[in-house]
Amino acid sequence: MAFNYDKYLRLEKMPTLWCWGCGDGVILKAFVRAVEKMGLNQDDVCVVSGIGCSGRFSSYVDFNTVHTTHGRTVAFATGIKLMHPDKYVICVAGDGDALAIGGNHTIHGARRNIDITLIIINNFIYGLTNSQTSPTTPQGMWTVTQKAGNIDPTFDACALGIAAGASFVGRESMLDPKKLEKILIKAIEHRGFSYLDILSNCHINLGRKNKMVSAMENLSWIDSITMPKKKYDTLTEAEQLNIFPTGILKQDTEAREYCDMYKEIQNVQQKKRAVITQNDFAKKI
Amino acid sequence: MSQTREVISSGNHLAALAGADAGCRFMGGYPITPSSEVIEQMSDLLPARGGVTIQMEDEIAAVAAAIGAGMAGHRTMTATSGPGISLKAENLGLAQMTEVPLVVINVMRGGPSTGLPTRVSQGDVRQAKNPSHGDYRSITLCAGNLAECYTEVVRAFNLADRFMQPVFVLLDETIGHMHGKAIIPTEEAVQAGIVPRKSFDGAPEDYHPYECEPDQPAVLNKMFTGYRYHFTGLHHDKNGFPTEEIETCRKLIQRLEDKVMMHTDELELNEEFMLDDMTGAEGEVLIIAYGSVALSAKEAIRHLRAAGIKAGLFRPITLWPSPADSIKKYTDMIKNVLCVELNIRQYTEEVERVSSRLDIEGLYKVNGRPISPYEIVNKVKEVF
Repeated sequence: MAFNYDKYLRLEKMPTLWCWGCGDGVILKAFVRAVEKMGLNQDDVCVVSGIGCSGRFSSYVDFNTVHTTHGRTVAFATGIKLMHPDKYVICVAGDGDALAIGGNHTIHGARRNIDITLIIINNFIYGLTNSQTSPTTPQGMWTVTQKAGNIDPTFDACALGIAAGASFVGRESMLDPKKLEKILIKAIEHRGFSYLDILSNCHINLGRKNKMVSAMENLSWIDSITMPKKKYDTLTEAEQLNIFPTGILKQDTEAREYCDMYKEIQNVQQKKRAVITQNDFAKKI
Repeated sequence: MSQTREVISSGNHLAALAGADAGCRFMGGYPITPSSEVIEQMSDLLPARGGVTIQMEDEIAAVAAAIGAGMAGHRTMTATSGPGISLKAENLGLAQMTEVPLVVINVMRGGPSTGLPTRVSQGDVRQAKNPSHGDYRSITLCAGNLAECYTEVVRAFNLADRFMQPVFVLLDETIGHMHGKAIIPTEEAVQAGIVPRKSFDGAPEDYHPYECEPDQPAVLNKMFTGYRYHFTGLHHDKNGFPTEEIETCRKLIQRLEDKVMMHTDELELNEEFMLDDMTGAEGEVLIIAYGSVALSAKEAIRHLRAAGIKAGLFRPITLWPSPADSIKKYTDMIKNVLCVELNIRQYTEEVERVSSRLDIEGLYKVNGRPISPYEIVNKVKEVF
């Protein structure tokens, strides 16, 4: 029997405002299937989004939902999660949200390793607002703010997540919804900061202006720049240059989660234990 | 049992204690002079009470986390100074639009920009009225002595839950760092006076958080309790979902205005000092001042009275919305009016507006130093 999405969608908000063929819908469906497979209660989930096409994600799913300001999803989610450590708090952000205007919050959310899942829908462009350069726009592509061609170096979102200390980092594209669903389940189940770079197509505002007029051409391009990590690891450095590895790139189940750590602060202040010192941590510097 | 207690403390410490006693359980902050003592205190007080104080990565994140906790349904606050408010402005607008209660303490220092970080100012009074873009009505309280650093923060939490929006408490560097004795309510007395935000307890399908009377705030149930709705900074419908429907948009913004402006009686709080014997006779002097400046003004009034000049002080404690009728009552009666501010005419312009008078005298100081009583005495003798 076909999967029934109705329970988790706000059907009266359909159709979405996303363009026909947009990858955001594929990601939305994979997310719903992941939540269903995990058996989560809708009342126990909070979805926080930012600004852009991805910002509308929160209004389509029937959970506790928050549509915040541009780039600040992780910061809002931090307040929600700290007051409700036993609930599921999931951020959905665009590449502009998470890596440009909100880069600081992405870094520090990951560094704290707070149990939030950050889904970055990375379509390589500011799509909603008509093709301005994003931190992930490939160099040399045409954007409305760089009509001579983009010269800004391209961000590897996952490299940032790993460096900042996220304990779960993964990448998939919307080309493989099954894999997407699986990695979403693993990311949400992981206790700690889960950081997902999900590549998506914007054939309207990236492709159409960069010789990828149809959605299929845009998808083929995404396919050509991605490769499962196992295979990627066998490539030479020169071959790796233009490829993004997919799958789970980092998973550290030992890293201490921030809400758990904060309980120790409460214990100190409530005189249940002595102050926290460097001896409480394996890493001293 | 006594309803009050004597404490020796500072303005910033009292503001923090007030938050903890008033049921605040989350603070998002970022260090900034001269407000840092608030988060320093809260980092002990809140975890001791089972709450959370977190130093975020920047001012924007600090207020965002605080609003997040407020969206989840908890009493929440942030504290900063002028540059921090400038950074928080966009998210303060989101809290206005989504009607999330929040207390924002601003310990004012010299501005604009980095200004005079360790010196006193009242330069953020105008900013407090409209920190963010768009139409809404700010509620701004201003502590004028040590005890009010406590009582006004308590009042701010109750007003935030009543009006469902951010409430500013303005302190200034002088009062924030002033150290001395204060008589404040007991924690029990404060807790007995807490009026929590309204909630809806009917069936979830009958719950419409933003469907309310045209002069009333949204009713936002706690998150994770079975009432699933949507927060957005976009114009939104009765369930919080984005809309561009003409009448819904108009009604929403008009309601943000009216929920405050039709209930200013619940907000107004003033101190009238030596005004009860004013008759409108020639030579009487009305001084209008607020915050720490009012302490100097009171001292000046004692000296002026000793010198035979009948002077009195009107001190608004709620600055925004301004106590228009009360100000007008006195400016209609008393000819000689002097506004004293640690800025240039920021509240004088409001006094001119509500009094319809353009002959209001002013004493303004913007060099980071307090105004002394003698400066006020001399100004009164010079201009009247």
